[in-house]
Amino acid sequence: MKVIAVLRNPRVAFGVLVLVVLIVAAAGATRLSPHDPLEQDLLNSFQHPGASDGDQSHPLGTDSLGRDILSRLIFGARPALIVAFVAALFAGLIGTALGLAAGYFGGRLDAAISRLVDIWMSFPSVLLCIVLAAVLGAGLHTVIIAIVVIDWTRFCRVVRAETMLQKSLDYVASAVTIGLGPGRILASEILPNVAPLLLTLFTLEMGIAIVVEAILSFVGLSVSSGVPTWGGIIQEGRLYVNQAWWLMAAPMACIIVAVLGLNALGDGLREAIDPVKAR
Amino acid sequence: MSANYILRRLFWAIPTLIGVAILVFVLVRVVPGDPIAMMLPPGATAEDVGRLRALYGLDAPIPKQFVAWMGDVLRGNFGTSISLREGVVRLVMSRLPATLELVIVAVAVACAFAALAAVGAVYFRGRWPELVVDGLSGLVLAIPDFLWGLLFVLVLGVLLPVLPISGRIDPTLDFNPATGFYLAEALLRLRWDAFADLMKHILLPALALALPLAAALTRVLKGSLIDAMNQDYVTLVRVKGYSRARILWRVALRNALIPTVTLTGVQFSFLIGGTVLIEYIFSYPGIGNLAIAAVNQRDLPLIQGLVLTFAVLFILTNLLVDMAYSILNPRVRQS
Repeated sequence: MKVIAVLRNPRVAFGVLVLVVLIVAAAGATRLSPHDPLEQDLLNSFQHPGASDGDQSHPLGTDSLGRDILSRLIFGARPALIVAFVAALFAGLIGTALGLAAGYFGGRLDAAISRLVDIWMSFPSVLLCIVLAAVLGAGLHTVIIAIVVIDWTRFCRVVRAETMLQKSLDYVASAVTIGLGPGRILASEILPNVAPLLLTLFTLEMGIAIVVEAILSFVGLSVSSGVPTWGGIIQEGRLYVNQAWWLMAAPMACIIVAVLGLNALGDGLREAIDPVKAR
Repeated sequence: MSANYILRRLFWAIPTLIGVAILVFVLVRVVPGDPIAMMLPPGATAEDVGRLRALYGLDAPIPKQFVAWMGDVLRGNFGTSISLREGVVRLVMSRLPATLELVIVAVAVACAFAALAAVGAVYFRGRWPELVVDGLSGLVLAIPDFLWGLLFVLVLGVLLPVLPISGRIDPTLDFNPATGFYLAEALLRLRWDAFADLMKHILLPALALALPLAAALTRVLKGSLIDAMNQDYVTLVRVKGYSRARILWRVALRNALIPTVTLTGVQFSFLIGGTVLIEYIFSYPGIGNLAIAAVNQRDLPLIQGLVLTFAVLFILTNLLVDMAYSILNPRVRQS
């Protein structure tokens, strides 16, 4: 099958591996983590990675309240992955719908949508993020809404260009000739041909979303501090960085691997699906 | 480039600013949480809440609030910060110089890095220095900039403690600046001890802020340099006997700057946005750090003032990039 061939691409293989690890960690967090991520053990705070005293073992050490870092990292995969999937999905849906419409119908609709995208992209995303966070308050929904509101334009621009290209091809002309309506042509003719590109964009957007989630939880605007997040663990670690550097290093490594993996997957898919265009 | 052009550009910035002002005003007024309720201790009476609302002008109807707010803004009165109980303008103005110094140092660092890396890579084309430059710029762009800031804290601040990782100046230093521009003032007053200390503090945040810009600049500049080296005018000076290094620095670099400024203009605005997180990471007392505190406290007057300040900074950055472009490119200047 074609899937096997795509997986032979080393970047895709690395990306899929990272994604699978993330999904397994998030889904099986309760079974996989050696400790309760919220369980405090004040006598054993700031344990070194690998330190074990008596019956307790903490492969990645403990934080200021004696909570197990490895367990917190595994649970931290949950908000990261939820944000990555949901935010990329909605940004993709909105951007794709507008991009398909602009690319297919052209004319005034295209002019209006393209202008909107230009204005939107010229507005600094940091400002938009600050305003949204101020309006919506802290929480996972804020993170997701901020990403969707800022990044739908990425999908819209690319899908619009690709739709215009596809529309000029013969198969669309034949679909028009046999009397298919625009909705049908978009859904069953053009969309499948844009899908590989969407998959690439979606993967790259997931990487961006994971970083944004980490940033917002780092500055205290994501989920409440009771839920472990990678950004939140970094923020806690920053306070004790002179006593326990690993508190910051471990979640940073998670974010870097996740982002590099998803970027590799996106780039690799682009190469593997369309080797000509990747050159 | 004429004064006329600059004035025209500044004039067109006005509708953008009004747009941002309206957006901020409206969005902040539809907040679900009540900022006034958050300011008062639990057990405050409805009367207390009402009085406080009146104090901040939050009891009037929305259109009336907007007119009053716009009038205040035009007179330079942005109200009082709810969390810090201080005038918004004073707060922003006391923090802005720190951010401006950080941005200027970061841009200088990025340009210096990019020029050296790109010229070096083209000079040693096909040999290891080019591979190192390509690899490093790829790595810098692959890892998000906020992680670079944290990596610097971890590696250069803690594991090998060579540089300070928080603040702007050593508080025990006897240096009483009259303005907010500490670096410039230390330089003008020839206070080398203060200057050295300020530079030590600003170096890591500036470097973290500069890295993405430096990498993007390097890539574009390198490509443009390679293009420029294949042009007829380069062949001509080569025939005249100029050395390769001299051609690169004196002839090709100048011509390669035009596409570089065009293609990386956006990156300069990213750098302004980047200050928010970098200042927070390095506890640097600028407006970015203030913005995060304001959002966490839901301090509406302060948020409005800061967002408008950032909008002005973005507009000015774009103007400066356009001006640099027309100074570099005589064809644009004349038309």
